[in-house]
Amino acid sequence: MSGDHSTYAPRSGFTKWIDTRLPLPRLMHDSFVSYPVPRNLNYAYTFGGILSIMLGLQMLTGIVLAMHYVASTDQAFTSVEFIMRDVNYGWLLRYLHANGASFFFLAVYLHIARGLYYGSYKAPRELLWILGVVILFLMMGTAFMGYVLPWGQMSFWGATVITGFFSAFPAVGDWIQRLLIGGFAVGQPTLNRFYSLHYLLPFMIAGVVILHIWALHVTGQTNPTGVDIRKKTDTIPFTPYATIKDALGMSVFFLVFAYFVFYMPNYLGHADNYIEANSLKTPAEIVPEWYFLPFYAMLRAITFNLGPINSKLGGVLTMFASILVLFVVPWLDTSKVRSAVYRPVYKVCFWLFIVDCLLLGWCGSQPPQGAIVLTAQLGTLYYFGFFLIIMPLLGLVEKPRRLPNSITEAVLSRRQTSAGRPAGATAAPEDRG
Amino acid sequence: MSEHETTADSEHEPNRRDFLYLATGMAGVVGAASLAWPFIDQMRPDASTLAAASIEVDISSLEKGSTLQVKWRGKPVTIRNRTDKEVQEAKDVQLSDLKDPVARNANLDANADATDINRSAGKGKENWFVMIQVCTHLGCIPLGEQGEFGGWFCPCHGSVYDTAGRIRHGPAPYNMELPPFDLTPGKTVRIG
Repeated sequence: MSGDHSTYAPRSGFTKWIDTRLPLPRLMHDSFVSYPVPRNLNYAYTFGGILSIMLGLQMLTGIVLAMHYVASTDQAFTSVEFIMRDVNYGWLLRYLHANGASFFFLAVYLHIARGLYYGSYKAPRELLWILGVVILFLMMGTAFMGYVLPWGQMSFWGATVITGFFSAFPAVGDWIQRLLIGGFAVGQPTLNRFYSLHYLLPFMIAGVVILHIWALHVTGQTNPTGVDIRKKTDTIPFTPYATIKDALGMSVFFLVFAYFVFYMPNYLGHADNYIEANSLKTPAEIVPEWYFLPFYAMLRAITFNLGPINSKLGGVLTMFASILVLFVVPWLDTSKVRSAVYRPVYKVCFWLFIVDCLLLGWCGSQPPQGAIVLTAQLGTLYYFGFFLIIMPLLGLVEKPRRLPNSITEAVLSRRQTSAGRPAGATAAPEDRG
Repeated sequence: MSEHETTADSEHEPNRRDFLYLATGMAGVVGAASLAWPFIDQMRPDASTLAAASIEVDISSLEKGSTLQVKWRGKPVTIRNRTDKEVQEAKDVQLSDLKDPVARNANLDANADATDINRSAGKGKENWFVMIQVCTHLGCIPLGEQGEFGGWFCPCHGSVYDTAGRIRHGPAPYNMELPPFDLTPGKTVRIG
């Protein structure tokens, strides 16, 4: 895909001099200007760009916050309050960083959902997808450790509960838990190392992001039809077409983000984290940040022993498996058709899966009693059923709709059919998803 | 040149380069593995954390029915002078009614029964009770003198413990643990 579309022509003597020594401007031009993208990309395809901006923003705000934060159990909580009250624009930087984490996850979940809907994980994009799951893993680790740093009640008890997961493993569990927290309970060594790793992991994410984009530019983007690029009219250059679409998507996304930062900065947080950590008093209910709630619900859904696996270990394994299963999605889906647009049954299962994730998230936010437990158990069942049963079997029995011969044909036929209809009801929605 | 080497590679007698290749490779692997260990080991509890592993507590003012909470290894340890009623209630429980029939007492055999005497400070000191007050589910701190059995109740996920700190129902898999301790009734207790 890359290489054969290079239109880069250095004009001045200086750019020619650079081009023969380190052709970085050529690489940038070929990757982000003349790079061909499918002509039918919709707004679901703008989250990749949004995510790279979010990563940059988190690193920028994080680095300046680190100039004022103190990673000590005596001072961490007060240093955060000091950032909020005394540091110039400290409130803005911290609210950007804290809400930035939430919006980073919002964007990544939409990005993943787009991938699941349009079959972006299918050959030849398996490695591209796996690198994405690696990024999600690193993001989760980074977010968890970052949440511990303000050293509030939720920070402390969240860290206690999450590192407690590892004690569920037989024989080596306690050893691993002590290795992670550097003591017998969460304390100074834990805070210090989490700070160090919270600073490190975003740079590792940035590294994997570069691999992710590299893999993307080798295979090229998917598109809402899932049909491969066949001819020149199927594509348009990245700049100005995709660039401007991405820019509009970003603007809208950042407007919503700004609304949260300026008008409801604590809406997504938990009030208990404004109480300093107390190792002798557990909050009435421990709840993770919203983006972990579906996984938390699955952890708590396993209330029964499964043979030799007790309920605690079972819950922990279920939670880890819920993310690990994403790694094998390219091989679980047996359908030859990429896009859900042409898969009528998969489309329904997909939207049920989205509803299921939201339902699990709601269960995770509620105290685990009565009907909530049963709902979470059924939700967990569908979550795994979607990946392990629906994906492999549906590809064998589902009858997909007829695929267009090319992207161009899909786009042009849509234009013709919409000519006679009133505006607004235009365009077969199935071609856009 | 490459053609030269590939044919040579498969057929030639081991030479000095092969020897050096193997020797440096092995040295590299062993070196990397032994260097990795300090990087992992530094994360384990340090000397000062381990040194703070033993404390002595004055329990002379602890009347029957009152509780003292101390911090040991960063965790709360409850020291309770149990009432006769509490001891009797705990004694009356059949082992078969327990979710976890093991004592979890660091001072006893690893598979000792979870009888009340095995959970208390021992014969003649049955009213004295020393326990790490950490829920065995996910590490929350249960609240004392609460719940259906008048023992402990964990507010996080609803585990209920009796007056001997044994799990009766709820998601916790084990009885709460007893630390290693040496208790002189009415005087002191040494934990750790």
